[in-house]
Amino acid sequence: MTSVAFRDASTGTRPSWSHSLRRQVRRVAEAAVTPLDVDDVLDVFHPLRRGAPLRGRIVAVRPETADAATLEIKPGASWAGHVPGQYVRIGIDVDGVRHWRAYSLTHGPRADGLISITVKAVPDGHVSDYLVHHAAPGTTLHLEQAAGEFVLPDAGTAGKLLFVTAGSGITPVIGMLRNLYPSTDTGVLRPARSADLDIVVVHVAPSEPSSIFRADLQALDTAGAIRLVARYDDQHGVLDVADLDTLVPDLAERRTFACGPAGLLDALEAHHAEAGIDLFVEQFRTARVEAGAGGTVAFTQGGTTLEADGATPILDAAEEAGVLMPSGCRMGICMGCVLPLKEGSVRDLRNGQVTTAVPGETDPRGILIQTCVSAAAGACSIDH
Amino acid sequence: MTAITRKPENPTAHLTEADIEQIGVELDAIRQDIVDSRGASDAAYIRKVIDVQRKLELGSRAVLVASIFPPAWVLGTVGLSVAKILDNMEIGHNIMHGQWDWMRDPKIHSSTWEWDNATPSDAWKHSHNEVHHTYTNIVGKDNDLGYGIMRVDEDQRWHPMYLAQPLWNFVNACLFEYGIAAYDLELGRNLRVPKDKRSETFKRNLKGTLGKIRKQATKDYVVHPVLSIPTGSFLPTLAANATANVVRNLWTHSVIMCGHFPEGVETFEKKAIPEKETRGEWYLRQMLGSANISGSKAMHLMTGNLSHQIEHHLFPDLPSNRYAEIAPQVKALFAKYDLNYHEASLPAQVYSAWHKVVRLSLPNDFMATTTVKNLPSQLKTLYAMSTKGPKVRRAAQARLQQQARRLTTAA
Repeated sequence: MTSVAFRDASTGTRPSWSHSLRRQVRRVAEAAVTPLDVDDVLDVFHPLRRGAPLRGRIVAVRPETADAATLEIKPGASWAGHVPGQYVRIGIDVDGVRHWRAYSLTHGPRADGLISITVKAVPDGHVSDYLVHHAAPGTTLHLEQAAGEFVLPDAGTAGKLLFVTAGSGITPVIGMLRNLYPSTDTGVLRPARSADLDIVVVHVAPSEPSSIFRADLQALDTAGAIRLVARYDDQHGVLDVADLDTLVPDLAERRTFACGPAGLLDALEAHHAEAGIDLFVEQFRTARVEAGAGGTVAFTQGGTTLEADGATPILDAAEEAGVLMPSGCRMGICMGCVLPLKEGSVRDLRNGQVTTAVPGETDPRGILIQTCVSAAAGACSIDH
Repeated sequence: MTAITRKPENPTAHLTEADIEQIGVELDAIRQDIVDSRGASDAAYIRKVIDVQRKLELGSRAVLVASIFPPAWVLGTVGLSVAKILDNMEIGHNIMHGQWDWMRDPKIHSSTWEWDNATPSDAWKHSHNEVHHTYTNIVGKDNDLGYGIMRVDEDQRWHPMYLAQPLWNFVNACLFEYGIAAYDLELGRNLRVPKDKRSETFKRNLKGTLGKIRKQATKDYVVHPVLSIPTGSFLPTLAANATANVVRNLWTHSVIMCGHFPEGVETFEKKAIPEKETRGEWYLRQMLGSANISGSKAMHLMTGNLSHQIEHHLFPDLPSNRYAEIAPQVKALFAKYDLNYHEASLPAQVYSAWHKVVRLSLPNDFMATTTVKNLPSQLKTLYAMSTKGPKVRRAAQARLQQQARRLTTAA
C-alpha cells in the first residue's frame, strides 16, 4: 500500500482527508478480515455494489417462443453500459457447476438500467435449456462487461442498411433495431435520429412459430421502420444467398450486417466478395475446419495424458477424460480457457492455423492457447 | 500397536489378491455414484456453510467489541470458536482437498482458498494432500502420525525423553496451528541443516509462513482488541480471541487424533508396501489406517466430516456432505470382507488416543504389567530405565516383555 502523502498531478493539491481516511479504514478492515479480503465480506451483504466483481440478478424471465426466453437482468453498479449489437458473457451455475456463455444484448441501454438477453434452447444445450426453462427471478449470475465489434458505426447511422440474420442470429440485430425504433404502448416510435435510415432485414428461420422476435420484426415492418423479408425454410425452402439480389434489389447500395451460422456467413462472404460489397459479420459458433491427425495431449501438472483426435477441442477431450479445465464461452472469444502450450503443436479449429511450441526456442513459459478452439495436431503438452 | 505385517495375526491374511482388487472395484463404483450425482444441492450446501460461518464470525466479533460485559464475552468467544472451527474443518480442509473444485467457482476452489490458520494453504496442501493422503500410516513416511516428535508405535525404540510426551502432546494440542505450520515446513529437519545450506524452497516457505502468522496474529491480537478500546474491552477481546484460538486448536487436535491414533488402527511398514501399489491395495491401507467418530449431524459438521475419516481417506475429493450417505455402503463392504470398521464415540476415541500416547510414553509392556500391588517395584524399574544406560534399559525391557508374555498365557 502506498503512502497517502502524494499530490494530485492535475490540481497540485493533497488528496482530500476523506479520501485518505477511506484508505486507512480499508487498510484496517483488510487486517481485520484476513485471510479474506474486504470484498469477500461485503459480498455476503451486497453482491451488486460498485467495485464488486461484476454480477447481475435475474429480474424476469419472459418466454418468447416454445424454446426461447428473454432474461431481464439487473447488472451490478459497476456495469459500464453497452452499445446495441454487443454481447455479454454470463457465468451461471447449472447443477452446481459454473458455466460461461456469451449472449447478445437484445435491448439498447434502457431507462430502468436493466439489460436483457434472449436465449434459445439448443438441443443438448445444458446452459441454454437451464436459462430458458429453469432460471428463476432472484438468481444471481456473473457478468463481464459488454464486448463485441458488431455495432452500427457512430456518426454514419444515416444510410441504407441490410441485416441478414438466421435463427438466433437475430439477437444482436434486434438490440440495434429496438434502440433505433423504441417500441412503446402506443406502437413503434420513429425518432428523428433514425429518420434517415432505410433498413431491410432478411431474417431466416426454420419455421414461423420457432422464429424469435417474429412479432417485433412484424411490428417494425408494419410501422414502416424496416422492410422485413422473412424466409422460413418450411415455407420458402432453404435460403440461397444468390437470391439476395432478387430479395433486395438495391443490395449493392447497402451496408450488410450479418449474423448467423457459419454456413450462411461463409456463403455471404463469398457472394459479397464477388460483388465487391462490404460485409460486417458476427459469428456465434465456430466453423470447424478439417483438422489433421490428433495426438497425445499431456497435462504436465495433473499428470493426465489422453489421446485426442484432430477435430475435437482439447477442452472437450480433457473434460471427457475427467480433467478439470478452466473454460469460458467455448467459442473462442473470451480467453477464459487459455492455457500455456509447453511443447508440440495444436491447430486452431476456426482457421486451421497451427501453433507450435519448441522448448528452447519459444517462450519458456509456453504459448498461451485457447483450448476450446484448439485441437491436438500431433503430440503436445499443456501446463495445467 | 505395531505395523500390520509384524503382528502375530495379520488382519488381512484372509484376503486373496482377487479379493483386494474386488474391494477396489466396489469402492470405485461407490465413488462414481457420488461423482455422477453431485449437483445443485451440494453446491448450495457449501455456500450455505460458508455464508453461516462468515456471518457467525462477523457477529461474534461485533459482540466482542463490548466484551467487557461478561455475557458478551462468553457469547462472542463461543461464537468465534465455532466460526474458527467451521473455517478450518468443514470449509478450509475440504475445499483445499479439491472437494468443491467441480463447481468451477474460482472463489471456492482448492487453488485459491486461504484459511484462518497459521499454515499457508500451499504448504498445507503439499504435506497433507500429497504426503499424508498418499502414504497414510506408513511408518517413517507419513509424518502425520507424529513420528517426528512422539513415540506412536511400539516399534519405535523407547527413550526416557518420551516420558514427557503426554505433556508435550497437550502443549502441541493448545498450539496446534503452529505445530502444523512447523510440520508443514519440515522445520525439525530443516533446522538441522546449516543456515547457509538451507534450500531456497525452505527459505521461501518459511517467509510465507511467518508472513501468514504475522497477519493472523495481528488480526486476533492487535486489530480487534484495538477496535474494542472504545468500550474499554481491549483486554477482554484479546483474551477472547486467544481463547477461541486455543479452543479451535484443542478441538482440531482431538479430531485429528481420532482419525488415525486410536488403538486398533493399523500402521504399515515401508518395506511391506509394494513398489507399485494397486488401487485395491491402496484402498485397503486407507480402510485399515483410519477410524471414525460416531455421533450427531452437528458432530459431523464440526469435525468437517472427518468423523467419517474412513470414507474421507477412501475418497478425499468427494464433497464432505456426502460421506454420511455412503458410510453404510462402506461399512457393509468392511463386513463383507471381514475387516474391522473402526468406529466409536468421540469420548471413546479421544480416550483411546490419549491412552495410547500415555502407554507409549512408557516402555513397551510397562502399563500391561503394572498393578497397584507391584507399583513400587515397577516405578523403581522405570527410574532405573530412565537414569541408567542402555544396557540396563535393554535388560529391564526384556524382563517386562517376559512378564507380559506370562500374563497373556496365564489369561
